[in-house]
Amino acid sequence: MVVLAAVVFTFLAVGGPLFLVLAERKISAWIQARVGPKHVGPHGLLQTVADTLKLLYKENIVPHRADVVLFSVAPILVAVAALLDFVVIPFAPGWVVRDLNVGILYFAAVSSLTVIGILTGGWASNNKYSLLGGLRSAAQMVSYELPLGFSLLVVATLTGTLSTVRIVEAQPYPAVAYPCVVVAALVFLVAATAEANRIPFDLPEAEAELVAGYFSEYTPMRFALFQLGEYGSLLASSALFTTLFLGGWKGPFAFPGLGPVGNGLVWFLGKTYAVVFFLMWVRWTYPRFRIDQLLNISWKLLLPVSMVNLLVAGLLVVGIR
Amino acid sequence: MNAEALAFYALAAMVLVGGGLVVQSRNLVHAAVSLVPTLLGVAGLYVLLHAEFVTAIQILIYVGAITVLILFVILLTEGATGLRVRQRNEQVPLALLVCGGLAVLLLGVLVRVPWGPAAGPLPPYNPGAVGRSFLMPYVLAFEVTSLVILASLVGAIVIARREE
Amino acid sequence: MIGLSHYLVVSTLLFALGLYGVLTRRNAVAILMGIELMLNAANVNFVAFTKFVDPTFVRGHVAALIVITLAACEAVVGLALVINAYRHLETVNVDQVDLMKG
Repeated sequence: MVVLAAVVFTFLAVGGPLFLVLAERKISAWIQARVGPKHVGPHGLLQTVADTLKLLYKENIVPHRADVVLFSVAPILVAVAALLDFVVIPFAPGWVVRDLNVGILYFAAVSSLTVIGILTGGWASNNKYSLLGGLRSAAQMVSYELPLGFSLLVVATLTGTLSTVRIVEAQPYPAVAYPCVVVAALVFLVAATAEANRIPFDLPEAEAELVAGYFSEYTPMRFALFQLGEYGSLLASSALFTTLFLGGWKGPFAFPGLGPVGNGLVWFLGKTYAVVFFLMWVRWTYPRFRIDQLLNISWKLLLPVSMVNLLVAGLLVVGIR
Repeated sequence: MNAEALAFYALAAMVLVGGGLVVQSRNLVHAAVSLVPTLLGVAGLYVLLHAEFVTAIQILIYVGAITVLILFVILLTEGATGLRVRQRNEQVPLALLVCGGLAVLLLGVLVRVPWGPAAGPLPPYNPGAVGRSFLMPYVLAFEVTSLVILASLVGAIVIARREE
Repeated sequence: MIGLSHYLVVSTLLFALGLYGVLTRRNAVAILMGIELMLNAANVNFVAFTKFVDPTFVRGHVAALIVITLAACEAVVGLALVINAYRHLETVNVDQVDLMKG
């Protein structure tokens, strides 16, 4: 079971971001009333494969007087931290790479490792725009980790466990807890968008202002690793959102002839990619926030709301008991 | 040599080599980034000691927050650019003597004590046991620590704020 | 067989390294990094003793968590002081901060 889950993990965690790059281009095209990539493969499905091959052929440049060791290590740290998130996500009943009994805490811990990769990448590029982008991005990600942690705590309080498998089994939540859960879900969604540096929170990578922010000096394969980290983090946050708030692999009806594992897998992937589609929809609809508005939202709006939410959830648990 | 011993020696090497790089690297940013493998190695040692909750908290707070804070301050003050600045002061021989002497003394005592075998299993669900400890016997320590966090938060903001 | 003394050796050496860093570095942030290494060594001690000597009530884990929290608080205040000192004195080397000397 662990071997099969590891295989699914490989395809989901590594193949997922590849698919997501293409999905992003097609969805953005659809929202902007154009067609998107359609020449490579049927309906442009092999576009990302072509992009990857092109990236492998490009020359690897290290900027003059940049710190070579840190420059090379930074994208690896970001990509590995994003991929390690998938260890605790249950794809189907019985299919999880490792059911840690501190599951969601492990997820929060590992996704905080990306900040160091971004900071060192920004500094090691020997470029003031990269450094500014790296500092802004690190400030944003550290600020949004707190509301993220609080909404994870609300889920842990209501279900009584930190293990993702047991959280999926404990859903659906009792109806009296729905307001808490809805607020926690919204806070989680906003915080996860900010953690993945996506619009409306993508000032660190703003193309018009900072060139490409902390990865402007990175040539192909390392840039691909950064992209793998960013899209992998997006997919992992969507998968965790599905696990915590949408019921994971549970579905209202069973597809005929698929068995419990296949059924669970179909529901899980469907819900995860629906969340991803929603986040991409948000990205191509809204303008971005300024850095002070961004930080104000986290510290003055999301943090008090999530603290009060946790208090209410705690009172509810005592009341239900 | 079984897998646990191999893991222990690898993690111990990561911790000690990383620690060596932290304390004697001339480039401050290298020193701060070397904190990451050191603290991750310590987290790995906690996993070997069956302390999963402390591991997750160590990674979340030490690696994810304190190291980021240290890197921020290095990048905001002049430490990152001062590569030609002398980083060691004149106490190096004395420090070597003191630290070497302390290490030899402690090691000499610690490896000679017959500690005995492990005494029983840890509770299987770590966070539950720790949470119960914080809420019943050690609630005073818990509350006082929260007050310390509040005081240091307010104090740091007041101290580091730019005066208008 | 990895016993308690192995973990104690690691924590002693880490403590000695941290102490060396505190004693020999000129930059204030580097001294704070040495302090963090010493606190981690103490934490390794706490957690190792919990597993080998007193596992039922996880008192060592409680102590380690409190130490991690207090280390975070102390790092925050220390680094705020470093930033403030840099603004007024234009230096972060501790042997150049000698306004009260003589």
